[in-house]
Amino acid sequence: MLLRRAGLPLALLVLFALAALAQSFPALTGRVVDAANLLKPEERSSLEAKLKAHEDKTSDQVVVATIRSLEGTSIEDYANRLFRTWQLGQKKNDNGVLLLVAPAERKVRIEVGYGLEGALTDALSKVIITTAIAPQFQQGDFAGGIDAGTDAILSILTGDAEEWQRHTAVREDETSGIDTLVTFLIIAFILFQVFRAMRGGGGRPGFRRRRGSGPLIIPMGSGWSRGGGWSGGGGFSGGGGSSGGGGASGSW
Amino acid sequence: MTASPLGTRIRAALTGLALALGLSACGINNVPTFEEQAKAAWSEVQNQYQRRADLIPNLVETVKGFAQQEREVLTQVTEARARATQVQVDASTVTDPEKFRQFQEAQNQLSGALGRLLATVERYPELKSNANFLALQSQLEGTENRIAVARRDYIAAVQAYNTELRTIPGRWIASIVYPEAKPMETFTATAGSERPPEVKF
Repeated sequence: MLLRRAGLPLALLVLFALAALAQSFPALTGRVVDAANLLKPEERSSLEAKLKAHEDKTSDQVVVATIRSLEGTSIEDYANRLFRTWQLGQKKNDNGVLLLVAPAERKVRIEVGYGLEGALTDALSKVIITTAIAPQFQQGDFAGGIDAGTDAILSILTGDAEEWQRHTAVREDETSGIDTLVTFLIIAFILFQVFRAMRGGGGRPGFRRRRGSGPLIIPMGSGWSRGGGWSGGGGFSGGGGSSGGGGASGSW
Repeated sequence: MTASPLGTRIRAALTGLALALGLSACGINNVPTFEEQAKAAWSEVQNQYQRRADLIPNLVETVKGFAQQEREVLTQVTEARARATQVQVDASTVTDPEKFRQFQEAQNQLSGALGRLLATVERYPELKSNANFLALQSQLEGTENRIAVARRDYIAAVQAYNTELRTIPGRWIASIVYPEAKPMETFTATAGSERPPEVKF
């Protein structure tokens, strides 16, 4: 009785504690997430159109985010965890880029997914920040700096995109083809075994076949689930990509 | 004979299926799975530390060109790098506390020496605006950040693995099926090591 009465408030307390522990990241509402309100609606939509056009062409997911506060952590740490929460870039290619602006702390970072580190290197990211973004931010022109930075990122990515796509195309064929075949064979084998076991027992009464239907081999472990959430259509969501801290940061 | 042959067959097949899926669901594969994840995270840590070590000779040469009088700091960095690369790292490093401590200490010393070098650079405006130096500096910063991320991932992977080894049922499973599985060492935060050295512009 006592336990039951205490149960609900306790559960709520635990929930709140958990919510407080987890960093509150803004939701990935589109390719431009302007939580700090630095952009006018028309600037936002033109940026989004640019980023969408690039993604349609190359499948790279470039996302711009502005945040109200870093909540006490460094911009490198925040950017990496936000990138991984949003899972930018496609799962197999990790081809995402996050341009993160924290106006309250006067920090900016370009966080690059694993797959694009070769194209958009740390040094290039740094150059973009120091030459295209920071000078405009210094004059209070956030929209101009974000726009120039995005243009620079996209131009570097398109320069290398063809070469890069060739590499990933080869890799994709190799793995997924074999994977599906193996999965199919295993499922077919299991069904066959089950089917045989059922058939085997169903013979004429009195006529007993040899017992046992061969070993049942079933793969165990977590190799079964496949595929991240890649949503086509109207909405926008991360493709399951990750980043290991590539890119550069700066301040103004 | 109460059960028909058909019933027995189906039951046998289904029991086999349920047993296999059940074993899989209760985590008979967790120990090796987590172990492989932790090992992969460890290679990434090593990889990034190696990348840092590879950048240092170039950095030292560039700084030398502008700040020869800072011989002491430069020598310290070179020596710390030599010590860090001399530490033998193999598969047993992660399960051997002493070896792991040596690895961590050597890398921390290198981090400290690098931090001092970058602090002295502040006194040389010409060096700070040198294009080669700026490129090296951004690569070094990027590497330090990757090290931080790789260490964070490693700590998380080892935590999952060690927890699996030390809690039930993972503990029972490990003692029967994987008796050779040992808990792995993890990084302890030392002052300043969890953050990349501050580089000002």
